[in-house]
Amino acid sequence: MTVTLAISPDPTSLATEDAVPGRWRRMPTKAKVGALILGFFILAAVIGPFVTPYDPSYQNPSPALSMAAPSAAHLLGTTQTGQDVLSQLLVGIRLTLELAVVVGVVATALSVIVGVAAAFLGGIWDELLSLVSNVFLVIPSLPLLIILLGYLPQKGQWATIAVLAALGWPWGARVIRAQTLAIRNRDFISAALETGEKTWRIIAFEIVPNEVSLIAASFVNTVLYAIGASVALAFIGLADLNSWSLGTILYWAEGQQALQLGAWWWFVPPGLAVALMGTGLVLLNTGIDELGNPRLRDASSASRIAGHRVRPTAPTPVLQEVVQRRTGLARFLYSFSRSSLLDETEAGDTL
Amino acid sequence: MSFILRRLVFYVVAAWVALTLNFFIPRAMPGNAVEAVMSKFPSLQPSAYRALEAMLGVGHAGSLWHQYWTYIVDVSHFDFGTSSSQYPAQVSTLLGETIPWTLTLVGTATVIAFLVGTGLGIVAGWRYGGALDRTLPALMFLQAIPYFFFALILLELFALKFHVFPVGEGYAGGLIPGWHWDFIGSAIYHSLLPALTIVLTSIAGWMLQMRNVMITTLGEDYVIAAQAKGLPNRRVIFTYAARNALLPQLQGFGLALGFVVSGALVMEIVFSYPGIGLLLLGAVTSDDFPLMQAIFLVITFAVLLANLIVDVIIVFVDPRVRVREATR
Repeated sequence: MTVTLAISPDPTSLATEDAVPGRWRRMPTKAKVGALILGFFILAAVIGPFVTPYDPSYQNPSPALSMAAPSAAHLLGTTQTGQDVLSQLLVGIRLTLELAVVVGVVATALSVIVGVAAAFLGGIWDELLSLVSNVFLVIPSLPLLIILLGYLPQKGQWATIAVLAALGWPWGARVIRAQTLAIRNRDFISAALETGEKTWRIIAFEIVPNEVSLIAASFVNTVLYAIGASVALAFIGLADLNSWSLGTILYWAEGQQALQLGAWWWFVPPGLAVALMGTGLVLLNTGIDELGNPRLRDASSASRIAGHRVRPTAPTPVLQEVVQRRTGLARFLYSFSRSSLLDETEAGDTL
Repeated sequence: MSFILRRLVFYVVAAWVALTLNFFIPRAMPGNAVEAVMSKFPSLQPSAYRALEAMLGVGHAGSLWHQYWTYIVDVSHFDFGTSSSQYPAQVSTLLGETIPWTLTLVGTATVIAFLVGTGLGIVAGWRYGGALDRTLPALMFLQAIPYFFFALILLELFALKFHVFPVGEGYAGGLIPGWHWDFIGSAIYHSLLPALTIVLTSIAGWMLQMRNVMITTLGEDYVIAAQAKGLPNRRVIFTYAARNALLPQLQGFGLALGFVVSGALVMEIVFSYPGIGLLLLGAVTSDDFPLMQAIFLVITFAVLLANLIVDVIIVFVDPRVRVREATR
């Protein structure tokens, strides 16, 4: 019974409710959790720099504030030079997220251009563009990023963005090319070609709108890559070390022996922030995946038979076997549940 | 066999692109590597300028083609020039000292993570929505943690707090590297924590991918037919579903390798593990460009070689690839 509910939305709920909350409710849990985590960080990035309790670079000369543990005045403690870690974190989230989003936008735009061009131009151009993206996929990016940034005279925010965007497009291009090839052979494209629509119009108004979910997924992945790579690059010192990003906070923490001196409040929060942002993005992407591929939907597509999760594709379980597998406490708790009634009624009887 | 041959051609092209990039990046970048070094060490005499130029290969002797040709010949003889930070050590000597460490650690840990992750993915895909499957978000969290940060946490917990594992380095101080048990035992003991870092952070990726492919495969008609025939679950899982789900997993292995290696390099820095990553950090902090570039080449070639090996395995494991070749 729940199977049909999950696949086709209940018409009454659609009619009576606003479309947006309804859509939110039907989103997979993973996507919801991911969106909430990301929302928190975006909020921190937007208002963070305005609510910092201290100037992140201000070095408090008081010796009591050198690597002080978290207190009421400094919620996340201080660094070796008496800087406030919370202020650095708030500014750092903004800088890191800003960089990642810009890289995401630029690299995804490149992926769309390369992917669609390869699929549409075909022939030698397709071969060439595919070859280039495959080659850059197989070459490990971090060492290449390191030599590129190493040679740049200024290693500021924009240099990092340029280098990351230049190397961040191949994966998306590959996926989008495959999808464009598939869409290209569909009837509505042939129809548009027959009616004499211009190629750029077909691409902009017929192809790209049909790839929005793929482009979104590619954007999320690129942002994920940009966060990871920029933090790693800053950690080894390839960044503007006078600015505060999550990576540079970790760089200074590592350089000034925060770990060895037990100043966990210094290096754990920025690392945790990176990890949480990453988890949020991965969850969001998995959620989007499940939205598009019903087979991957776990709880929503698997109905419960006698308290046992059963997939639509699975063979019908033998009830007796399911019931017998329960152990003491589980059987006791189960006896209170609604589905236990089902076990005791004769087959074919209504409850 | 032509599948292998075509892949081989592709890897040769990829290697050539890497070589060429490596040649042109220093020449195309704004700024001057020699001036960068000079400004870093203001005490250097102006006469050192010429010496540095020659050392960094920016003296532009001869035409560009001539330089390119000399460069290719040098690289093919494993001649990467002289390190500027550890002068007068040859770059190739420095690489020779560090490669075995990284290769053993990253290779073993990656293979373990791949095998365990794939195994867990099979189980999670088979009973999806089950207990193991529901641990996935937690594993994704592990995966999202940067390698080096996870390394910091593990180091803090297991080395500094509980003293179960040593604090970094490749082997206990005072030991002389060589083929005797004291040293090998110490090296293994020191590599456990770095290996654990790689395994724990990369396992979720393999598991998630295998689970997803597994779920899709389980919906295939031949799997349902196998179940309908009443075959034991084990046979349905491994012979029917998992074997078919393995191909995308193996293809993904090749692509993900570069990512794992990149993460492992930065992780080495945290553990002061005497591998290529630590060498790379030294090169970056001291603007040692010849060393940086050689490391990039070596890592790229290693990843390409590993990809080729994976392709050979795919041909042996998957009869579909062989059949496709036969009918071509």
